Amino acid sequence: MVQLTINNIKVNAEEGMTILDAAKSVGISVPTLCHLKDLIPTGACRICSVEVEGQRGLVPSCAFPIYEGMVVDTNSPRVRRARKTIVELLVENHPQDCLICVRNKNCELQDLSEKYGLREHRFVGETKDHAIDISSASMERDPAKCILCGRCVRVCHEIQKVGAIDFTNRGFASIVTTPYNKGLNISDCILCGQCILVCPTAALREKSTLKEVSNALRDKSKYVIVQVAPAVRASLGEEYHFPLGTDVTGQLVTGLRRLGFKKVFDTNFAADLTIMEEAAELISRIKNNAPLPMFTSCCPGWIKFAESNYPEILPYLSSCKSPHEMEGAVLKTYYAKKMGINPKDIFVVSIMPCTVKKYESNRAELSEETHPDVDAVLTTRELVRFFKMVGIDFEGLPQDTFDNPLGESTGAAAIFGTSGGVMEAALRTAYYKMTGKDLEHLEFESIRGLDGLKEAVVNIDGTVLNIAVVNGIGNVRQVIDDIKENKSKYQFIEVMACPGGCINGGGQPIHQIPEKVVKRMKALYQIDMEMKSRRSYENESIKALYKEYFIEPNSHKAHDILHTDYVNRKKTLKN
Amino acid sequence: MHSQIFQDYPPKDKSSLIPLLQDVQNIYGYLPEDALQEIADYVGLPLSRVYGVATFYNQFRLIPLGENVIKVCRGTACHVKNSSNVLYAVESALNIKAGQTSRDKKFSIEVVNCIGACSIAPVITINDEYFGRLTVKEIPTILKKFTGSPKPKQAESTTEKNLV
Repeated sequence: MVQLTINNIKVNAEEGMTILDAAKSVGISVPTLCHLKDLIPTGACRICSVEVEGQRGLVPSCAFPIYEGMVVDTNSPRVRRARKTIVELLVENHPQDCLICVRNKNCELQDLSEKYGLREHRFVGETKDHAIDISSASMERDPAKCILCGRCVRVCHEIQKVGAIDFTNRGFASIVTTPYNKGLNISDCILCGQCILVCPTAALREKSTLKEVSNALRDKSKYVIVQVAPAVRASLGEEYHFPLGTDVTGQLVTGLRRLGFKKVFDTNFAADLTIMEEAAELISRIKNNAPLPMFTSCCPGWIKFAESNYPEILPYLSSCKSPHEMEGAVLKTYYAKKMGINPKDIFVVSIMPCTVKKYESNRAELSEETHPDVDAVLTTRELVRFFKMVGIDFEGLPQDTFDNPLGESTGAAAIFGTSGGVMEAALRTAYYKMTGKDLEHLEFESIRGLDGLKEAVVNIDGTVLNIAVVNGIGNVRQVIDDIKENKSKYQFIEVMACPGGCINGGGQPIHQIPEKVVKRMKALYQIDMEMKSRRSYENESIKALYKEYFIEPNSHKAHDILHTDYVNRKKTLKN
Repeated sequence: MHSQIFQDYPPKDKSSLIPLLQDVQNIYGYLPEDALQEIADYVGLPLSRVYGVATFYNQFRLIPLGENVIKVCRGTACHVKNSSNVLYAVESALNIKAGQTSRDKKFSIEVVNCIGACSIAPVITINDEYFGRLTVKEIPTILKKFTGSPKPKQAESTTEKNLV
């Protein structure tokens, strides 16, 4: 332990801690911009500067280790002056358009400007003038709003290990961009949106389809249906002062009805359907000695990553569409027929915690000739904006339940939104399919939690399955390399591109509260616990769907409607 | 494509990045896009990082140089003698900025810190030729000498004229 003094308070802290962490441990907060917890500090922005006795200049507290007898002042006039100047310089080189900015009232630069009492423009000079990159279907990049904190770059390189963007050029010309400043759509970007979650300003944001959705709702010729992903219900409440990890399914359903959607369905239904198909596919692969391991295919970020980096492993991917695409496909076939609606008139909106889903819904492989499976995808954040715009007081909404038949779901579907959930749900059903018996102990503790790579060995009546659960797309590289070298012991691998899974997806509410992922995860497992049925094959509506329409999992019709194929998108050198 | 260059460096070693960039630029005079991707794959870095390094250092060039390279001196003596106006005049005459190459690939403009010819400030060089005590007015005439007919012939004739 090290003893030091911060703002006249005696602090005992562990050796190796930074001043920032030591201060935080006694309730002293120091502002940060470039700092990202758990990553090596860069000390780039200097907003966390503090005064240390005996040090000539101010030191960046995020990168400065504590020592015995250190005397720190985090709030001296000199410190405050320096911080204010930093904020002033950043603000002057930033578009002055807060009123019409998507991050208005949720912007770290705006917060700092308020905190340090900026009241005038002291510096006037050249400002950056960069075009907005709107090339991708999921995300927009607005380098004029970038303050070069580098958080997006570090998440992209160090956590996701994708490395689509980086600092380029130098000095005033510095800009975070893709190679050759080309659009995100042709870069290595998998559109996971983790960079959006850490961006302090609106330099990175989702591409909104709110207008299309609101227009469709006004269009009398359209039958507009909405579906909600499992992870949305666990995070939406945060935007309305509910405690972290509150399940707001009831209010969410009511809110969506009030927005004018004809039917409010649950993507969880399709998650159960996915499990039926995926479990059957796994069993048939095991029986027929088809390529193993089989990878899950629910995460479009993972699919894009595999297609553009490792096309050789595409045969290992499950051919199942992702749940919301399955839901859309079922809505425009089975449901349309049942209700006597022309599939072309159905407009399916998915509320997703995800930015890649926007790109996914535009994939040609996920469209019929006349219509796509899903017409528009809104992120959790866009839904909040929609509620606000329409004047829905979410906190005061009564609770309601999903419409049927595509609203019924089991506990197995609820946990789809968290890393390990798809695997757990699949195992519950695969066990039944292989043994004819219900699995008694449903919880697979070893594949729950936040570790990047989780593994387990499951014995299903003599068939031993080595399984792995990967979250944070960077962690999948080693797994794939092992497969390519024939060193892999796994038969079944779940991959989710975002760390923690969809609960921490790129479309989720933006705030830097560290416990958010764990709390949202708990909420989903809680929903599972409280469900009457917790195994996908127990879903009565799913049983009916197979009886009336698909006959059995992996049937010809099921393959036609619920499965898809993948494309090699690897960039090839010209010569 | 560049196996001869790569054989001098161990694969997946990030520290080879800058020497590799230098070697490739020595061959082509600039860094072609395909070569950047190849280097990225070889050293095991994302293309974005390699591109970031290539754009950070002034020594690296991403576009081929023009037929004639104009170096505008922005050293202290030239600065005092208004070299900023000279640079501006060259840039506007060719309609490109320093660091760029004209669309017809005839000219590139580079800014240098001092070419050691302070006695004749402000000075520019075009290829190996010095033009000193410049005034802004002279620039179009000088540039005109380098447009049109092939380079070697031009260079000869201008040298002769200068001697006279």
